[in-house]
Amino acid sequence: MTKHVPPPADPAVRALIQLAQSGFSRRRMLGLGGSAAALAALSACAPPPPPAANKTEIKYPKDVSASEKIVNWANWTLYLDVDDNKNHPSLDAFTKATGIKVSYDEAIDDNDSYFNKIAPQLRQGQSIDKDIFVFTDWMANRVLQQNLAQPLDLIQMPHAPNLIPSLREVSFDPGRRFSLPWQGGYGGIGYNKAKVGRELKSIADLWAPDLKGKVTVLSEFRDTVGVIMQSQGVDITSKFTADQFQKGLDEVSKRVSDGNIRRIKGNSYIEDLKSGNAIACICWSGDVSMLKADTGDENWEFVLPDSGATLWTDNLMIPITSTHQANAMKLMDYYYQPDVAALVAAYVNYICPVIGAQDELAKTDAELAKDPLIFPSESFLTEHKVQSFRALTPEEDADFSGRWAKVMGN
Amino acid sequence: MTALASATQHATGSHPAADQPDEARAVGARKITPYLLLIPGLAWLVLFFIVPMVQLAVVSLESKFPGYPGYYYLDLAVWNYRDALSEFWPHIIRSFVFAGVATILAFIIGYPLAYAMAFKAGKWRNVMMILVIAPFFTSFILRTIAWRQILADEGPVASTLNALHLLPGGHITETWVAVVAGLTYNFLPFMTLPIYSSLERIDPKIIEAGGDLYANGFTTFHKVTLPMSMPGVLAGTLMTFIPASGDYVNAELLGSDISTKMVGNAIESQFFRVPGGYPTAAALSFTLMAIILVMLFAYTRKFGTENLL
Repeated sequence: MTKHVPPPADPAVRALIQLAQSGFSRRRMLGLGGSAAALAALSACAPPPPPAANKTEIKYPKDVSASEKIVNWANWTLYLDVDDNKNHPSLDAFTKATGIKVSYDEAIDDNDSYFNKIAPQLRQGQSIDKDIFVFTDWMANRVLQQNLAQPLDLIQMPHAPNLIPSLREVSFDPGRRFSLPWQGGYGGIGYNKAKVGRELKSIADLWAPDLKGKVTVLSEFRDTVGVIMQSQGVDITSKFTADQFQKGLDEVSKRVSDGNIRRIKGNSYIEDLKSGNAIACICWSGDVSMLKADTGDENWEFVLPDSGATLWTDNLMIPITSTHQANAMKLMDYYYQPDVAALVAAYVNYICPVIGAQDELAKTDAELAKDPLIFPSESFLTEHKVQSFRALTPEEDADFSGRWAKVMGN
Repeated sequence: MTALASATQHATGSHPAADQPDEARAVGARKITPYLLLIPGLAWLVLFFIVPMVQLAVVSLESKFPGYPGYYYLDLAVWNYRDALSEFWPHIIRSFVFAGVATILAFIIGYPLAYAMAFKAGKWRNVMMILVIAPFFTSFILRTIAWRQILADEGPVASTLNALHLLPGGHITETWVAVVAGLTYNFLPFMTLPIYSSLERIDPKIIEAGGDLYANGFTTFHKVTLPMSMPGVLAGTLMTFIPASGDYVNAELLGSDISTKMVGNAIESQFFRVPGGYPTAAALSFTLMAIILVMLFAYTRKFGTENLL
């Protein structure tokens, strides 16, 4: 029955429909990680030798950029400048300048569902018809741990050094050999000032009796549990323990069972804010400016909780099976020119990772260029205790995701 | 779920009719013909049902690769089932309870509706028929999302109930009531239409005969109409209960994060959210199918399969 309907809005639902239609098990079976593993498994039920992810020598596909002047880009929704005709001016300018055609696809709704969709194909070396994909830090971490991305050749990317210093060193990709930030953002508190009737400053403010059942939190545990752990005094960039994480989870569970938290949701939490089911939330910074624009209600406000907020970055990467590496790098490099980056920042209102973009933006929109949520200074970040959730080991990742699923009632 | 529903339909579906008595000269050809006719159907079943089923079984027995979440190796890890069941048994029970309540509600609403359509509607019969079918013109998901809007806090239902202080939690969405209501609504046509089709086939003269034999309306209904509509009731309950117990959309969109998630939600989450959850998801899917098949056999044994057609 679900086969005949247009894609639903909820990413989780959509992902499950894709699963139902994709014949997942066979593809994944074949992608077991090489015939060696499969053979060993057939002969005995002992663990076979480590899978392909462990290979030290990796062959990257031949670059055909020179003969095929195209680049296929998978990005998140509403994440690029767009005009009234649904064209992307910055992309058009890129094609004009380089002769490389860009096929832009808003294919990513959710880190988990997109990764689970493409990973089986990538693991067995199949093309996914994409030359750039965009994943949040922690998922980029998983992509790199499983060797599913190709290294960048920084010599071909003269503008890449425009990357702001604070993002140059990341634990999952030392030296940025495989990834370049696209945009970043904060996880913090969003609320409707008029409906709440007062200012919200801390996580504890969300659990006020009069907000009971009117609060939603993100299904991304690094943001939800992250800000809650910060409010419990944990440094989320440090090597915190599983117990400290569990304490954060317990707080969420308690708030759900006490009825404070109405729902734990991904992108669709915006709908609850619009319909009035929720008037406060743990949410992402850029979404609040979108909500303001969508509803015309200026009362929506994003604040960084006084105990600290999370910081995340979405990263451009080249899939392991891409054969247009040079074109992809050219495109990434293009967006690291300050004027182009400013164009994008003016539209998406997320954190811009490019040096010089602020000055460029000031030429067209001086007010916006001063917004610390788009161009945060180093002192702004320290002052507001903005932290990135640290990279988890694969074991922690699996363990924590499992525990989080339980908190969500699964 | 789609596969499952069609599978069960196949399981309970028709077997090739017995051959006519053969004439000697055409015996060979006649014997082969039914089998030839079966080939497309069998090929379809093997390709789209048996093969995926075997793969699902294989995945459900795989083991996680130590140290590499997301990688698996072939194994005979039967304990995957034990682990999945010990963790998710509440979800399975909840699925069947919700589906059961929704089926009963759909019967209570659907039977009178079908009865009215079959015997009382007169010239309005076609209009009613269209109204029952009309929801199918819109997507299942969209209709469920629409219910989220209808039941929203500032929507007509919740605000009225709130004004009357009849809503203890303050909201309808994110409760099991909303999930069961969603299931009932979404599967109501599957209950109504089979009942209607078997009621419609009853010769009104037989019901009149009940009156002629001095039975009152209730007795006639109880002794004549209801038994004669049982095939429709049987088909309707199956067509409601089976897909409803595997449904995850209503619980996802209308339910909360505690105590309303069904087994379909657990499978979705294990597959997409938890690295290393594939075998658990597959084991849960298999368990769900097995339980439904057992229930189906028990049900059809009690009420008979010949009535289904």
